[in-house]
Amino acid sequence: MPKYVMVIDVEKCIGCMACVIACKKENNVPEEHFRTRVVEEVRGEFPNLRMELRSELCNHCENAPCIDACPTRASHRAKDGTVQIDSVKCIGCKACILACPYDARYSHPKGFADKCTFCDHRLKEGKKPACVETCLGKSRIFGDLEEANSEVAELLRKHDSSVRLEFAGTRPRVFYIKKKFAGGL
Amino acid sequence: MSITRRDFLKIAAVTGGAVAASTPVVKSVLALGKKPVSLPQYVPTTCEMCFWRCGAIAKVLDGKVVKLDGNPIHPNSRGKLCARGHGGIGLLYDPDRLKTPLINTGARGEAKFKKASWDEALGFVADKMQKIKEKYGPESVALLTHGTISAYFLHLLQAYGSPNFAMPSFALCRGARGVAFEVTFGEDVGNPERLDLQNSKVIVLIGSHLGENAHNSQCQEFAEAVGKGATVIVLDPRFSTAAGKAQYWLPIKPATDLALLLAWINVIINEGLYDKEYVAKYTTGFNEVAKAVKEYTPEWAEKETDIPASLIVETARVMGKNKPSVLIHPGRHTAWYSDNVQRQRAVAILTAILGAYGRPGGVYLNPKKKLEPVFLSEKDYPDHKQELNKGKYPFAGEEGITHEIVRATLTDEPYPIKAWFTTGTNIMKAMPNQRATLNAVQKLDLLVAVDMMPYDGVMLADVVLPECTYLERHDDFFTVKERSFGISIRQPVVQPMYDTKPGWWIAKELGKRLGLEEYFPWNTFEDFLKAKAQIWGIDYAELAKNGYIDFPESAKPYISSGEDFKFKTPSGKIELYSKELKEHGFDAVPKYTKHAQPSEGWFRLIYGRAPVHTFSRTTNNPSLWELMEENVAWINSKIAKRMGLKNNEYIVLVNQDGVKSNKVRAKVTERIRPDCIYIVHGFGSTSKLLKKAYLRGADDQQLITRYVIDPIGGTVGMRVNFVKIAKEV
Repeated sequence: MPKYVMVIDVEKCIGCMACVIACKKENNVPEEHFRTRVVEEVRGEFPNLRMELRSELCNHCENAPCIDACPTRASHRAKDGTVQIDSVKCIGCKACILACPYDARYSHPKGFADKCTFCDHRLKEGKKPACVETCLGKSRIFGDLEEANSEVAELLRKHDSSVRLEFAGTRPRVFYIKKKFAGGL
Repeated sequence: MSITRRDFLKIAAVTGGAVAASTPVVKSVLALGKKPVSLPQYVPTTCEMCFWRCGAIAKVLDGKVVKLDGNPIHPNSRGKLCARGHGGIGLLYDPDRLKTPLINTGARGEAKFKKASWDEALGFVADKMQKIKEKYGPESVALLTHGTISAYFLHLLQAYGSPNFAMPSFALCRGARGVAFEVTFGEDVGNPERLDLQNSKVIVLIGSHLGENAHNSQCQEFAEAVGKGATVIVLDPRFSTAAGKAQYWLPIKPATDLALLLAWINVIINEGLYDKEYVAKYTTGFNEVAKAVKEYTPEWAEKETDIPASLIVETARVMGKNKPSVLIHPGRHTAWYSDNVQRQRAVAILTAILGAYGRPGGVYLNPKKKLEPVFLSEKDYPDHKQELNKGKYPFAGEEGITHEIVRATLTDEPYPIKAWFTTGTNIMKAMPNQRATLNAVQKLDLLVAVDMMPYDGVMLADVVLPECTYLERHDDFFTVKERSFGISIRQPVVQPMYDTKPGWWIAKELGKRLGLEEYFPWNTFEDFLKAKAQIWGIDYAELAKNGYIDFPESAKPYISSGEDFKFKTPSGKIELYSKELKEHGFDAVPKYTKHAQPSEGWFRLIYGRAPVHTFSRTTNNPSLWELMEENVAWINSKIAKRMGLKNNEYIVLVNQDGVKSNKVRAKVTERIRPDCIYIVHGFGSTSKLLKKAYLRGADDQQLITRYVIDPIGGTVGMRVNFVKIAKEV
């Protein structure tokens, strides 16, 4: 089974928001909802400031609380290892939305839970997720960690990385690498 | 059944390069009895969500554009699009688009529009134009224009007999840096700028907020350089996104940038950090510069700029140490103060003494490729009166100066201007002093607007002619001067919606009604493009299929070591000391000018860009509006505390002339100096037909009632307005 991961090189995010809208268009995400976002965090006082721009999305956790919380198995681990939602099986109970510690899911107006799929439909065509494809800063890097020569594997070998809310024990597959910013996520 | 990309390619090859055609469907034996599967078509074109002109590929399904992506072979996009590029779909399907020609039945500017047919609207305009020509002469029709549509209307107006036009892109935007670079290096720095960011070791940004200003390939290279560990030095009163990537953020006192630039030149010369060989071989006037900057010490500059002398010295040394791979970003919107050209001259001089022009990591050279100009028609234009476009400014650019058109309209000097065409520009949001614009508009006999959306400026028009969007039309080829030369095509990816027409069609049809059909000898614009491609010796079919043709052999980015390189200046060298400027009575080496600072309780109004919007053009775009519905006023948190302002609370800005802004939310932040307020440009639309953008946020241009003019090139300084904060009532 592949181990798809996204590595986010925080330093290279220039906050252009191309990922946010590319994702929306690619996945026909309804108005007022998003599957990914860019978070801005500022520390310090004028003029001694630091800022981090950070893309956030579904972490496709290895230990996914959303799967555990789902009463109908609509939220499930797909054959490719990613966390997916079967909208037909979903009864719209929103338990998964509450269970996700990352605020990565929303309730689709058509009555089911929805979130980032890692663009699994594109992966099947050998393409990268839409957000990665369009990322101006090449801050989002995607690949299979099982492939030793993949860019993601190399990046995670070379850099210290962190995940969001590590203490939650969810074992996310979205990793953040950064050089300057020392704050926690 | 699933259709793979590979299958699609095979099928597409059979259906051929049909552009904007109906979507083919697959009815295979296996699929019999099932609903046929629609196949997407992929059509390349050139984006117009901003003016970087990226190559885009539209994914069209069942006649609808469902996705836009960057064209991988286009150097301006490199397979990626910015947020606005993706948001092109929002423009195409914006329910508020102009859908038919409109004629105002009320008083000037009342926008009491009645729908009209093209024949009626164009007939109305042609009739008025004939009357104006008889009474005042053809030169009394002027054109304010921006973007690709300019080509057709410049042609039409010149054929009609008027030489008068102006583009806001000069005096209100890039003009100053163009003049400064032409005077110094003999050529402008290009658009897109020829910046070798991906190889820069040091990047100096003077108010340029890359990232927030999301020019595609430039942002890509900036992020790459940051990733490779380039030292970024940002001069900005605001802690911009780029400042967040910087090793040195110098929160400079606004209006003092030239002081810092001169002090940097001072240190680099004093400490012998300049590129001596390069300066000796390629420049002239070094000694004069060295002498002139003696007085501009770091200690002096500290008092002007609020930047400690030690930091000025340290950053100058970083530049000197890393020469020539130092990129002093020349900026883009450089219409700041009365000395724009001199400030940009200092940028050019600093670039030159670091040996960074024509060197890796600095400014790369123009590609070597010459194509003969192909005109819309071979017929000569009639003789005309002296044009107004350049005013009295000896270094004004060919694009013309908007405030000269406004001035002549208001004063009838040297002759009356009685009609305006505004094509692709929102005159209320692009030009300062809205009162003057409105007064001038009231003096006209005819105001025609050609645009895609009912922008504020369009609402003033007597006749509105709806242009279709860039996704629905052909336009002239774009010549791209990246590291190598290339040609980019814009072609319709879907048919025009509603009763909208391409700009070229509107100009041609109006020409017909003015008896100027000989100036439009082609039937469709594609006919013209095909003929042009033939003259240029390029394969039109290939261009239409791929969207871009590259000429790799044209690349010559750097001056080779020891090369006897001739610059296009009178001396053939980089003119650090400018004889040309001197001859016209200006300073040959920049001298510092002190500009007024706000008094207690007042703030300088500064403005800039957001990555998800292009001026006022996109504020109503549903796809982009969702990402940023209105602008916010950045206010330093200490000031906010003192005034009892809460974050996100609505306030009103009032300028020195008592002009009140629309309500705008306060962004209380550490990210700005206490003496200025920043808003993103383009918001606060007053057009009720823009249902999403109407009265959302504050309009910077409304508050820019005052402006100053740089006597060298006529460029405008718009950062000279002060505002105070009032609570919203």
